[in-house]
Amino acid sequence: MKRYQTIIPAASHWSLRVRRGTQITLTDLEGGANVGMVFYNPENLLERYNAPDTLKGQHTFKLTKGHCLYSDMGRIFASIIEDTVGWHETVNGNTHASHIEAKWGRRDYQTDRNSWMQNGHDAMLVEMAKYGLTKADITANLNLFSRVGTDTSGNMSLIEGNSTAGASITLRFEMDTLVILHTCPHPLSNAKSYPQKPISMVLEKAAPVAEDDFCKSLRPENERGFTNNALYYFGQEA
Amino acid sequence: MIKESTLNATAANQSFKIDSGDYLITKIEADKTFRIVDLEGNQAADTLFYNANDPSERYSATDTIREQGNVYLSTGSQLRSNENNVMIDLVADTCGRHDTLGGACATESNTVRYDLEKRCMHACRDSWMLAIVENPEYALSKRDISHNINFFMNVPVTEAGGLTFEDGISAPGKYVEMIAKIDIIILISNCPQLNNPCNGYNPTPIELLVWNS
Repeated sequence: MKRYQTIIPAASHWSLRVRRGTQITLTDLEGGANVGMVFYNPENLLERYNAPDTLKGQHTFKLTKGHCLYSDMGRIFASIIEDTVGWHETVNGNTHASHIEAKWGRRDYQTDRNSWMQNGHDAMLVEMAKYGLTKADITANLNLFSRVGTDTSGNMSLIEGNSTAGASITLRFEMDTLVILHTCPHPLSNAKSYPQKPISMVLEKAAPVAEDDFCKSLRPENERGFTNNALYYFGQEA
Repeated sequence: MIKESTLNATAANQSFKIDSGDYLITKIEADKTFRIVDLEGNQAADTLFYNANDPSERYSATDTIREQGNVYLSTGSQLRSNENNVMIDLVADTCGRHDTLGGACATESNTVRYDLEKRCMHACRDSWMLAIVENPEYALSKRDISHNINFFMNVPVTEAGGLTFEDGISAPGKYVEMIAKIDIIILISNCPQLNNPCNGYNPTPIELLVWNS
């Protein structure tokens, strides 16, 4: 297979062991999407996406083109090689069932079938359990397409209209990565009704990482992260 | 918000001194009050909390800051778990604010942040690894080492989306005081980092005090 394209409906979850040297492009089909995402190393599930190391290593609170998404072992799971959104956040976690119920009512399969008001926490745990991961393995997730800003006192707010229809982000995988994602609403969403926002996904081979690669060159930290990846794969062809 | 405690340190029922670069792991029962003291100033106390009766429920930075709507911790903050339950109330704070976005230092992240050749310098996550292997009675493993609080550490976030480690805003004798709402395990690494200003490039001791009620 050269290319795989699909649509992940709203309120859904998905996972795949994504290979090194491939890329995923996610597109917000209707505007206002949120994609909760987390990474584990399939060869050692104890290595996982680390939001603090990702942020402090690149001196950033927001994530966009050029940023690398780090594991707790100093390696890069994925690089953001394209981004028309401009700001993705990684510090607000997931919705819990209690949030959904308080805002929009109880999740009800009898009435809503697969359009039920799923919450991000349960969605992620379902996918995690398929690989033997438990609630003890929960780690701070990405909320792609969602922007959370802070004021000078540190008060946070979700910025509406951050992602418009057609906006997309491309992640290039620098390691084999267990990708777990869901399309449940951002936990700070105050939409009048449960946001039903599907995304499109394209999986394809990535171009080789050039010497002057934008992500690698963004900061000296990323150069060193790429070196750590090369060491991890020492003895194997890139 | 700065708020002083009415409790007297000399009346504490337990006290633990945590030396530079060392760790502490202990249980604190529900309703007890505990205080972490920055004895010499400008020290970072990298701290994790667990539900002592089910350690897979533990402190969650994301749940905590989302529910309070603010990225910094101080008096009035409620420290929440990965199940979004309140574990601990933060009741007094003479420092002003504390970080929970910066995570802990690790030998691996030091290679990224500073230099590939800094991989062998002592780091918080190594202290935690030693803590979990030396104290098997707590049944913690690496999967339980999640995102922590950096008491006394200053990591300002800007409106433009920047985040940096800045000089500490703590000073000798400053403290943060909490009340456990459930039985908890507390795991502290007294940060040994020598590459950034989180502890003024000079790691010094901290103290944990516990009052029975």
